[in-house]
This record gives sequence, C-alpha cells and structure tokens, in this order.
Amino acid sequence: MVKTVLSLTINGTNRDDVIPDNMLLVDYLRENVGLTGTKIGCDGGECGACTVLINDRPRHSCLTLAVTCQDAKVETVDGLSKDNRLSALQRGFDEKLGSQCGFCTPGMIMASEALLRDNPDPDEAAIRDALAGNICRCTGYVKIIEAVQFAADITREELAS
Amino acid sequence: MEFMPEMQMHQPISVEDAVAQYSAAPNGRYLAGGSDLLVNIRRGIEQPDSLVYVNNIPEMRSITEDGERITIGGAVTLRELSQHLSVAEHFTAVTQAADEVAGPSHREYGTVGGNLCLDTRCIFYNQSEWWRAANNYCLKYRGDICHVAPGGKKCFAAFSGDVAPTLLLFDATVEIAGPDGRRQMPLADLYRNDGMDHLTLGSGELLVAVHIPKPTAAITSAPMTSAYAKSRIRGSIDFPLAGVAVRMAVTGGKITDLRVGLTGVSPLPFLAKGMDKFVGRVADESCLEEIRDKVRAGAKAMKTTTTPPHYRRRVAGALAQKLAASIL
Ligand SMILES: Cc1cc2nc3c(=O)[nH]c(=O)nc-3n(C[C@H](O)[C@H](O)[C@H](O)COP(=O)(O)OP(=O)(O)OC[C@H]3O[C@@H](n4cnc5c(N)ncnc54)[C@H](O)[C@@H]3O)c2cc1C
Ligand code: SF4
Ligand code: FES
Ligand code: FES
Repeated sequence: MVKTVLSLTINGTNRDDVIPDNMLLVDYLRENVGLTGTKIGCDGGECGACTVLINDRPRHSCLTLAVTCQDAKVETVDGLSKDNRLSALQRGFDEKLGSQCGFCTPGMIMASEALLRDNPDPDEAAIRDALAGNICRCTGYVKIIEAVQFAADITREELAS
Repeated sequence: MEFMPEMQMHQPISVEDAVAQYSAAPNGRYLAGGSDLLVNIRRGIEQPDSLVYVNNIPEMRSITEDGERITIGGAVTLRELSQHLSVAEHFTAVTQAADEVAGPSHREYGTVGGNLCLDTRCIFYNQSEWWRAANNYCLKYRGDICHVAPGGKKCFAAFSGDVAPTLLLFDATVEIAGPDGRRQMPLADLYRNDGMDHLTLGSGELLVAVHIPKPTAAITSAPMTSAYAKSRIRGSIDFPLAGVAVRMAVTGGKITDLRVGLTGVSPLPFLAKGMDKFVGRVADESCLEEIRDKVRAGAKAMKTTTTPPHYRRRVAGALAQKLAASIL
C-alpha cells in the first residue's frame, strides 16, 4: 500500500499523518482524526452531507482524496463552536428548527458557512443558490433558509454592537 | 459503492512531469477535481492503479487574455470560469454553461479539463457494480450487448458536459501535451461519435488549455450574442437531458450569423448541421419554428436516460427556439 505524509490544518490544529494514497478525505476525517461530525450520505457527490471547507471554500469530502489536501486549511462542523458556545449558524439551525433527523445538517451548515464568509447579507435567492447541492429529506428547506437568515442577522447585529 | 482500489498518487507541478509520470504508469488516470472520476471509481467502472493530479500545475490554473484570444487553463475551476469578466463579455454562453454545471460545490473544484474530458453517460452504465452485474453488464464495460440498441455493436452513451457545446460555437481549440510533445487541434476534433471511446486523446495525453479566438470585427458588425440552456430532471444539480448553445447575430431584422451547439443527446457534443440556411432570413416567428424543427431533427437522442428520447429531441428544439427568441 502506497502511503504519503499528509500535513495540514484541521479546525485550526496542525497535523501530520501517514495515510494511504487512496484514502478519501471523509474517511480520513472520520476514521483517522475522529471527527465524526461530517456525514456520508450518498458517497458520490449527490447529496452534500459530506461538505467541508477547504481554504474557506465548500467541497465534498467524499470526492476528495486526502493526500490532495497537502498544506490546506480544512474545517469541519466539529470545529465551529468556540468555548462551548455554538456558532451563529448552529444557533440558527437550533432556534429555527432547521434540523430534524440532522443527517444533512453538517453539510448544510458548512455550505452556509462558506456563503456567509463570502456574503454576510444574502437574500433568499443567494441562500437557495448556495445550498442547491445539499439535499434534505426532512425539513422541506424553508426552515433551513430561515436558519441561515437568522445566523446572518445575529452575526451582523453582534458585529454592530 | 465499491472500496477504493490501491492507487499511487502523483502530484506534479509541471505539464512535462505529469506526462512523464502518466507514461511510467499507463493504467493510471489524470485526476483534476475528481467529481466525475472518483464517482466512477467508486462504482467500479474505472480501476486505475495510479493517479496524476493536475491541479497543482501553475500553467493549467489560470485564465489569460491578449488582443486575439482568451486562454483557459485545463485545471481552471468552473467557478473561476463563470466569474471571469472577459469571458462573460465575449462568450456569454460559456459563462452560462459553466454556471449550470452540477451544483455550486461541484463548481468550486470541478475543472474545465474534467468537464471537456467527462466520460459518456447511460442509465445502464452509471450504476453500482451489483446492478450492472445483475444485468450482465453492457458493451461499454465488461459486457457484450448494448441494452439501448441490443441489435448493434455501437454504444450510444451520451456526452453530457455542459461547457463543450458553448466552446464549439466560437471555434475553440485545445492544447494537448503528450509523450510526443505538444499539439493543438480544434475542440471538435477532441471527440468522436462512439460512446465507448469518445475522446481522440492518445495514452498519456493531457488537455493543457483551451484557446478561444476573440471575434474579429468582420463577424461582429452586428452584435453577436450567445446563450446556453439545459433541461434536467433535478433543477438544482443535474446533467443535461439536452443542453443547447446558440450564437446568433441579427441586422435589420435579418439573421446574419447562426450556430447551435448540442450536448447530452449523443456520444459527442456537436454543432447542429444546416443552420447556414437561416442566414439572410427574416428572424420572425416562422423562422424560429423552423430552427426549432431543424435542431430537433438533428438531436438523435437514444434511450440513455430515464427520460424518453422523443422528449429530449423536442426539448432540444424548444430550447434552441427559446434561446434564439431571447437573443432577438
Ligand atoms: C451529482 C453530480 C452532478 C453533476 N452534474 C453535472 C452537470 O450538470 N453537467 C456537467 O457537465 N457535469 C456534471 N457533473 C460532472 C462533473 O462535476 C463536472 O463535469 C466537472 O467539470 C468534472 O471536472 P473534474 O475536474 O471534477 O473532473 P475529473 O473527475 O477529475 O475528471 C473527469 C475525466 O476527465 C479526465 N481529465 C480531467 N482533467 C483532464 C485533463 N486536463 N486532460 C485530460 N483528461 C483530463 C479524467 O482522467 C477523467 O477521466 C456532475 C457530477 C456529479 C457528482
Ligand atoms: S448505450 Fe449501450 S453499450 Fe453504451 S453504456 Fe448504454 S447500454 Fe452500455
Ligand atoms: S456523501 Fe458526499 S455528496 Fe453525498
Ligand atoms: S434534517 Fe433530515 S435530512 Fe435534513
């Protein structure tokens, strides 16, 4: 088995791991690093449940080979809360009931996180566009859009005060 | 989904090294975004033993422009392409097509080279290993009959990349690097009408860049406009059932230039034949209906999707008519 030393930052922590060249990023995150927040839904780019951020942009970790993330900044849903306080998006999904079974939620939150970093004040169309690749079989999406709007609003309010 | 096969990864930083690494392991594949290749590997329809990752090659990562042409590196992402202002100004259809590929996260890492070299698709092929095994496979991979046209020996799996037909509108050329050096050819020559072997690339050949010549004053005496639209099952993310690109110019109510590119309806993207005959015609409703009928007749879709072929033919014609009307 061919292996490579992978050096990267995950949720702010530097890591070096020796991993097989054929290892998918999602398996590396869940099995080797122990970060099981990221979910595997379809295993083939169709559902968005495995979305993580690489250098601030959303990416399907099920279609990414871990060794191609050399020196990258990888962020997962596990790293969003700070000092036991949920992030704005996590609070939004909680307050607005944007999560039911919760399986799509990590991917929804990470795709929304990428959106809000780019555009702190998105309208509904921009939210729908950014989440077009994320499937939810429970909520009907309306509550998810409200959750993202809520997060955008509280972030702006917090910054203003 | 199948397990990942044993594979060795190469991450070259020059085109020449990429070609050399591929040549040393000919059962390998070039890997760009992986949004097509890794899905196929997991389904067991590709089993490479090594991958040559092309996204770290600086030469392939940028869009450059001079007075004559725009050059798009093979590893430029679809998002980068869709946000490029000059491309949008001169080649609107290209921008629109790049923005219609898959979903937003796919466009963050899916590349132009991967989109142009996408494998062809069919409902009997893009399935899990057990599904294909239960159906005795098919001609394209491991089997000996085609379930779409059981009498023949031809595969009709459809080329379903969105960007190619828009580049065909503008006479784009592709720059190819291989074991014998570099060459350039018209994008149209990258493809052949064979779902099993639709690319003319030789072993180890890499698509380094796409060049699009800027329209010269002679053909832009009337403002030339272009547009792309597709029909798909899932509105948010999906391959085209039929994708249509139109480039048209109209002066004094008459058509002075018309091209229609198609994707998703045959093993290769192509320019619809017979559009010249509309040049000089008054662009009225009956003319647009004739364009619709001509495009429909040229879109020879087969039963490679769950949607029946006659619908895909009709929708191709209807999209061409709608796009032409929107340009008028
Ligand atoms: C759910 C889903 C929906 C999708 N919907 C669409 C859609 O609507 N429209 C669409 O067009 N595509 C769609 N795709 C496919 C894919 O995301 C895009 O076509 C993308 O542009 C492929 O680029 P990539 O860089 O990811 O290719 P890869 O997967 O890396 O490569 C694809 C193929 O091209 C070869 N290749 C890659 N780069 C080069 C190069 N420079 N030179 C030579 N060969 C090369 C690879 O060896 C491989 O065979 C979809 C994919 C998924 C998973
Ligand atoms: S067209 Fe026929 S041979 Fe080709 S993939 Fe479909 S079933 Fe297989
Ligand atoms: S698990 Fe990656 S997109 Fe569904
Ligand atoms: S909350 Fe169940 S899939 Fe979205």
